[in-house]
Amino acid sequence: MSKSTGIGASVKRVEDYRFLTGRGRYTDDMTRPGQCHAYIVRSPHAHARILSIDTAATLAAPGVLTVLTGADMVADNIGSLPCGWLIHSRDGTPMKEPKHLPIAADKVRHVGDQVAVVIAETLQQAKDAAELLDIDYEELPAVVSPGSVETAGTAVHDEAPDNVCYDWIWGDKDKTDAAFAQAAHVTTLDLVNTRLVPNAMEPRAAVGEYDPGMDEYTLTTTSQNPQLIRLLLCGFTMGLPEHKVRVVAPDVGGGFGSKIYHYAEEVIVVYAARRLKRPVKWTAERSESFLSDAHGRDHLTHVELAMDPDGLFLGMRVKTTANMGAYLSTFSSCIPTILYATLLSGQYKTPAIHAEVKAVFTNTVPVDAYRGAGRPEACYLIERIVDVAARELGIDRAELRRRNFIPPEMMPYDTPVGLQYDSGNFARNLEDALALIDYDGFPARRAESATRGKRRGIGFASYIEACGIAPSNVAGALGARAGLYDSAEVRFHPTGSVSVMVGVHSHGQGHETTFAQIVSERLGVPMEKIEIVHGDSAKTPFGMGTYGSRSLAVGGMAMMKAIDKVIAKSKKIAAHLLEASAEDIEQDGGVFRVAGTDRSVDIAAIAGAAYVPHNYPLDELEPGLDEQAFYDPKNFTFPNGTQICEVEVDPETGVVKIVRFAAVDDFGRVINPMIVEGQVHGGLVQGIGQALLEHAIYDEDSGQLLTGSFMDYAMPRADDVPDFEVKTNEVLCTTNALGVKGCGEAGTIGGAACVMNAVCDALDIGHMDMPASPERVWRVLRDSRPAMAAE
Amino acid sequence: MPVSITLTVNGRPAALTVEPNTLLVDAIRQHLSLTGTHVGCDTSQCGACVVHLDGVSVKSCTTLAVQADGRNVTTIEGLAAPDGTLHPMQAAFKEHHGLQCGFCTPGMVMSAVDLARVNPNATPEEIRHWLEGNICRCTGYHNIVKAVESGLQAMKTGAAAQAAE
Repeated sequence: MSKSTGIGASVKRVEDYRFLTGRGRYTDDMTRPGQCHAYIVRSPHAHARILSIDTAATLAAPGVLTVLTGADMVADNIGSLPCGWLIHSRDGTPMKEPKHLPIAADKVRHVGDQVAVVIAETLQQAKDAAELLDIDYEELPAVVSPGSVETAGTAVHDEAPDNVCYDWIWGDKDKTDAAFAQAAHVTTLDLVNTRLVPNAMEPRAAVGEYDPGMDEYTLTTTSQNPQLIRLLLCGFTMGLPEHKVRVVAPDVGGGFGSKIYHYAEEVIVVYAARRLKRPVKWTAERSESFLSDAHGRDHLTHVELAMDPDGLFLGMRVKTTANMGAYLSTFSSCIPTILYATLLSGQYKTPAIHAEVKAVFTNTVPVDAYRGAGRPEACYLIERIVDVAARELGIDRAELRRRNFIPPEMMPYDTPVGLQYDSGNFARNLEDALALIDYDGFPARRAESATRGKRRGIGFASYIEACGIAPSNVAGALGARAGLYDSAEVRFHPTGSVSVMVGVHSHGQGHETTFAQIVSERLGVPMEKIEIVHGDSAKTPFGMGTYGSRSLAVGGMAMMKAIDKVIAKSKKIAAHLLEASAEDIEQDGGVFRVAGTDRSVDIAAIAGAAYVPHNYPLDELEPGLDEQAFYDPKNFTFPNGTQICEVEVDPETGVVKIVRFAAVDDFGRVINPMIVEGQVHGGLVQGIGQALLEHAIYDEDSGQLLTGSFMDYAMPRADDVPDFEVKTNEVLCTTNALGVKGCGEAGTIGGAACVMNAVCDALDIGHMDMPASPERVWRVLRDSRPAMAAE
Repeated sequence: MPVSITLTVNGRPAALTVEPNTLLVDAIRQHLSLTGTHVGCDTSQCGACVVHLDGVSVKSCTTLAVQADGRNVTTIEGLAAPDGTLHPMQAAFKEHHGLQCGFCTPGMVMSAVDLARVNPNATPEEIRHWLEGNICRCTGYHNIVKAVESGLQAMKTGAAAQAAE
């Protein structure tokens, strides 16, 4: 029988009531007394010098309070938006790190770059007045395509005349070259990992407040990591003391990475609030989000796989050009390097791997982590080339994977790209997924589809990812400029309810439920007496926030440590109350018992004694039951699994329909299966979106984003995607006490590769680039049938 | 030139003065402070703003406030019973984990409730088609479809029970 509460139970979410009744509180829902509105004037040009900005007519317009430009920010010493990870090129030089002012002061570098801010009593007044702004630009040629930046003849930044940010290498080149020298077969592949727009459903928003009496600031913002935003706001952009700044991320409507970063608008509203001494609000319109939220992916890759006569992988070479866009967003530099090349071993015992990554600047929106962040890019090239290799060698694709999997008995396994996988049973995930999809029945289903004129294909992705980047000192040695621990405080209240303040943030993941399940089980407190508090720097200890599927593996472990401290103290209090020795106290949930007796006390009574310490060992113990912990992981965690999908292609129209989808995942210990399944479904659909629909396209000449709205950028709708069969195989993580690995990104990491493998199988081709839209599929079919095309 | 309108919102009368170009969603969010109805796009694609106008789902971002003059508006805040008991469709979304970040949820639920009027016996495929105008980026739709299926059933059962009384 399945559990109804605690760890492993599909507890219904505690946060749902407010969301279902319209009582969620998102940033744009806030209205502050005296609030005024910021409208941001954005560059219509991809690359241009700002010659002058005439604000006179705008300032004279009704309701206008001020107009801010880059010159104002420079005069007030507002700092550059920082990049949080330093990468060094192969020649030892640091990456090019040009300034990124919150409002452009000299040049605009992408369509949508901030040029000026109009602040007025109402948003409509600000917008109307912005029309009167007279900005004189000198247009410059734009660098758009990442593949030809060095010969573009124009530089996005003077500091990088060739538009190269860094030229980085990873792995053992000599060993890899030696592997290729003895290969029986080499498969090569050129592929594009398309640029995507994350498009969380809630557009970004920010409210800045300044209290001149206390000299205090509050920023309410759509962030996945409010404490990190406070750190960057205080330490880099605004230059304020942290104790005077509160950053709140209330309910946040999805993030998928795009709400990790410190954005210009956060600086703008805080700066403007100080100047005006009034609350200043900004909310993005969706078309503005397309031009100002960090985009994802955008890699051009050449990959080669060397094999012996049996198809055993001997070596892999990868050359990637990664588009950074116009500026370095907060974590952009580590995505195509530390979170990408380190995953190139995949689930396979490839002994030698070498990667070269060139990161380039272009006159496009900055690119940063989007769900998966580097790992989907790694998985896509690995799983695509494995399929192409199987096709070339005439080996069944499941069999080729089986032959090359790292077996469980080789765990812990040191990859040639710097990671140590702690655990996983990759073959079992594959076999279970094959059973779920009924692989043996596929030929019959393919034949049946053919009778209806459809081409059916099946595809696999056996993915592995690295979550909870850690430990901090290793990350630091690799260039991280921040710690990667997290924190939690477990505070018992005198009458036995519990508040848990965590440094991670929930914006759809359901932490308020899953974290409470752990507290409930470990401390024997009913769910309704537990509150998980997150998203407010004034309430929570300093933590790094939510991204990279780290919340449970890092934040949850910090909470476990704090719980352990509560238990340790509770044992001492119980020993006093029960007149026993602390060593003799056994704890089971909320019950503390003298071993071998029926004498016990429950945690509510212990909390009561701690806060009303009349019968209490005051000479040995402090009153109160309130413990805090920080946790810095020993290693990454490595969620892994196999996804399989079947597609049916209509050769007449090129329409690809996903007809079956199965996923078997090893997330380590599962706290709430219902929530985990939901994360898998959602992740898979973002992978499917990339494979079949989504593509951010820039005009090569003008640098205009052609897919700048939901009318033009196709995201999956309900009728584009299938139902999913999902299953988890728990192989406990050996490097954290919870045994958890993380589940937030898994679906997206394998999803695109899985679908494209099925599409290529259906089309009987080696490769086509994403997205497999009807037009592109139709063209592939036409081009692969020259006789018919000639008719 | 501002216009005066009167409408019924979640069963209560409301008198508003709005500009002729004020959108219904802005009237709801800003004039009435009912912030459960959301704005997720500017091209009438996402459906986060769906409300009921005289019992029929509309995208309030593409409806003028003046078009609601003299009419009944139901927002997500008006769906649960006065004592807080969830509407069967809301309860089904909770039961089947049909929401994650919650941002698309009000529009999704309001659209789903209207499906009961149009096609109370909708198949999963018909549910997916009906929800084509509501984008969710979190759930992958799998559990939303399950929730709507179950919610439609619960609404039928509830209606049958009411008829029997």
